[in-house]
Amino acid sequence: MQTVKMVVTGPFSAGKTQFIQSVSEIDVVATERKISKADEKAIKNATTVAMDFGRITVDDDLVLYLFGTPGQKRFDFMWEILAEGMLGFIVMVDSTRPETFREARTILETFRAYAPTPYVVAANKQDMPDAWDVDDMRVALRLGQNTKLLPCVATDKESVKQVLLELLYSILEEMER
Amino acid sequence: MALRGNLRDFTVTQLLNLVHLARKTGMLSIQGTNEQADIFFREGKLAYARTNKEDDHLAYVLYKTNVLSKAQYKAIASRAQGMSDKELGLLLINAGYVTQEVIINSLQQYFADIIRRLFTWAEGLFNFENDARPPADRITVRLDLENIIIEGARQLREMEQLMQEIPSLDIALKFTDRPGTNLRNVNLSVEEWRVVSYVSPKNTLRQIARAANLSDLEIRRIVYGLLQAGLVEMVRPELTPRTLDRSKMFPVQDKGEQRTLVNRLIDRIRSL
Ligand SMILES: Nc1nc2c(ncn2[C@@H]2O[C@H](COP(=O)(O)OP(=O)(O)OP(=O)(O)O)[C@@H](O)[C@H]2O)c(=O)[nH]1
Ligand SMILES: [Mg+2]
Repeated sequence: MQTVKMVVTGPFSAGKTQFIQSVSEIDVVATERKISKADEKAIKNATTVAMDFGRITVDDDLVLYLFGTPGQKRFDFMWEILAEGMLGFIVMVDSTRPETFREARTILETFRAYAPTPYVVAANKQDMPDAWDVDDMRVALRLGQNTKLLPCVATDKESVKQVLLELLYSILEEMER
Repeated sequence: MALRGNLRDFTVTQLLNLVHLARKTGMLSIQGTNEQADIFFREGKLAYARTNKEDDHLAYVLYKTNVLSKAQYKAIASRAQGMSDKELGLLLINAGYVTQEVIINSLQQYFADIIRRLFTWAEGLFNFENDARPPADRITVRLDLENIIIEGARQLREMEQLMQEIPSLDIALKFTDRPGTNLRNVNLSVEEWRVVSYVSPKNTLRQIARAANLSDLEIRRIVYGLLQAGLVEMVRPELTPRTLDRSKMFPVQDKGEQRTLVNRLIDRIRSL
């Protein structure tokens, strides 16, 4: 059996677990933990501690694994291990929380430093009324015109598929170079 | 859609940068701890500004910028009640009292001062209302934001934030090729000019700092200002080899097989 992997990263509560869950054929491996810090709790109750882990069986001898990074900063050391050998990565950003944009950029730069693999940025939670426009986010996140910034609703499977496909197209393009 | 948040997380400089680069038209409202400001923009340029703490009529602006004396201001305020700013402006110009330039300069100075005050606000809820226009009877200006943005960035003194903005000095800069950005129209300090003169994808920030004799903090602050003004952008230094170790990414080593594998992934995801 051959395996390949992609990494889904981004700030706390960006929707990484949800993204993987929407396309994975197995339940995302439960590594969630109850949140204790009060301000983070105001955002949600469970956070990913070690990693999310999703699987898509391609055919008899190929499997794609999706790994999510833990969103809280104190688990940074996991990242490098996760990044090793990835085909590419997805940076999830919560479009409704501009206070996380700066961190998203730091995460993006960190992953780029681990490996110069292709990546895309997903402007998640575009279904929420207070979501920022993708064009505004491009400026705020300082992404060049060549970086793919895709509108995303992680709870919607079709939307998640589109993001994964765009990353795969980028991987193909990278190989042509 | 909403452009909303708190200055704690997103500074006024960053907001101005966004308006500037995206050439936005509308009103940026900021609710500070004890003052509320509305800044109006037209196609990315400053058009008008007011706060709830001060009279925003022309007579007051001319008084604040020392064009009118206090007595003159009071006289106008009581006698010219109900007169619109545009009418008052015309009256003053026709009376030979001021020129149109003086009025525009006063307004620009007054509006820019409001923004300068905003730079000192550590918190405040902001909201951008697309396409909102200033009151119709007011005189508006068209002021480029670049200089104000650079000024705001200069005030960013905290190392911590600069470290987050520019985590590594091993990156390089290149000039943005955005139409309308003209270096000659920007007031740069001597240090800023020195940094600008070294901008090239070949030079890392570390090298520029050494060449221009700047500390880590100084180079970060200057580069941050240039970035915010949209004059330069960060790029990977050209000399760093971009090695991508495909042998670890793929279970197969032949390039054709790798391509086939990616296409299988694409087909599978499409069919999900
Ligand atoms: N409306 C909406 N809610 C979403 C979307 N994606 C995720 N959420 C919700 O946002 C919250 C956070 O999502 P998670 O998937 O747990 O985020 P995460 O990035 O895994 O979080 P950490 O592991 O703690 O960093 C959950 O309540 C999700 O249900 C989306 O596209 N739209
Ligand atoms: Mg999670």
